Amino acid sequence: MGDTPVGLDQFVFTFLNAEVAALYWRDIARGMGVTALLSAAVVAAGLALGLALAVLRSLQVRALGWAVIAFADILRALPPLVIIIVFFFAFPFIDLSMSAFTATWLALTLVLAAYAEESIWAGILALPPGQTEAARSTGLSWWQTTLSVILPQALRLAVPPLTNRIISVTKNTALGSVVALSEILNVSQSATSNAGNPTPLMLGAGAYLLLFIPVVLFARWLETRWQWKR
Amino acid sequence: MDALIQNFFNLAIYREVFPFLLRGLWTTIWLSLLVIPIGLVSGLALALLGTQTRHRWLRFAVAVYIDFFRSFPPLVLLILIYFGAPFLGLDLPKLAAVAIGFMLNNSSYFSEVFRAGIESVPGGQMEAARSTGLTRWQALRHVIVPQATRNVLPDLVGNGIEVIKLTTIASVVALPELLRVARDAQSLVYNPSPIVLAALMYLALLWPLVRWLSRLEHRSRALR
Repeated sequence: MGDTPVGLDQFVFTFLNAEVAALYWRDIARGMGVTALLSAAVVAAGLALGLALAVLRSLQVRALGWAVIAFADILRALPPLVIIIVFFFAFPFIDLSMSAFTATWLALTLVLAAYAEESIWAGILALPPGQTEAARSTGLSWWQTTLSVILPQALRLAVPPLTNRIISVTKNTALGSVVALSEILNVSQSATSNAGNPTPLMLGAGAYLLLFIPVVLFARWLETRWQWKR
Repeated sequence: MDALIQNFFNLAIYREVFPFLLRGLWTTIWLSLLVIPIGLVSGLALALLGTQTRHRWLRFAVAVYIDFFRSFPPLVLLILIYFGAPFLGLDLPKLAAVAIGFMLNNSSYFSEVFRAGIESVPGGQMEAARSTGLTRWQALRHVIVPQATRNVLPDLVGNGIEVIKLTTIASVVALPELLRVARDAQSLVYNPSPIVLAALMYLALLWPLVRWLSRLEHRSRALR
């Protein structure tokens, strides 16, 4: 390619080529749909599972507690890309084949659940024990106490760490490209090699900004709004 | 059960590939030891710039930089740099592409942590330090930054762990770190045991750090 770089014209022709863009923008828009769908599915399932695990841990059954801690530790210690690759490339050998979407979704869901459990559990621990005692003394059952007194407060405390985690885990959907999931990055990479021109990659980068800048700004807003007033 | 042992925990294959994977692990470790300090230093510099400057536009520019790179998946950044550079006529070595990508991404994360730390130090500290005759720079260096760092130590450690895990994306540009080496070994022996072994090695490297982080977090909550 370019022997002597680079005038502005040359740059535009290479990186922002309108003809190439016209050819591939539909593919990238479809990739955006996959990324958005995958992110939403990961966030919904991951938060639900994390919440369930935190409640399980607060049952104060020792074996359950250890199991939850081990799960959270392992899923926080393993790199997400390694988990995705194990699910996609290793599990078929023991007759557990899954699609690229399922492998990526499952891996990221488990990772988010581990972090969510830790954040929510930290929120539960931060509440004074008097909260439970007072609630129980009014005649509420353990479940009622957990659901209507403890969790609402604990979740509020967990919002800032959770928003950060959600941002990072949804960005990790790009890791799906490694197992050929046709999300933004994968689509724009193959378009780039088909076209012999990096414009699709630039479009892909733009698609990520379009998708995630609102999320980052929303998280900033949520953090200031939901800040715990001490 | 046999299939599981044969394919995931095949000791013969473990023995065969272990030396290669160990070399990959070293690469992962020194790569981390390269990119984490770069991220820390550039992040601290950004945080100081963003919190200490009197110029509104500079503050704004720092915030834009941080949000921009927080919105960008690191893998996308790396691929953009690595596969985009040749089109600019640049022949960028893999390691340089990885280091640049990590610096752009990590500096924004670390600077957010440092910013929170600096803001957690009461304003009276700076005033008191200045009134003893320290210059503004001396006060930052000897009074504000040490306290700020201590206040956000768990977040710094947490970020460091994330960076170590993130070095796996260097496998995508064929930098021979642990994951890459394991995948190459897998295709040679046509058996996924090397990947599982690599996962176990990541666990051995990172689990102690995760435990340490939990203790740090617990202690800092207790202090509050």
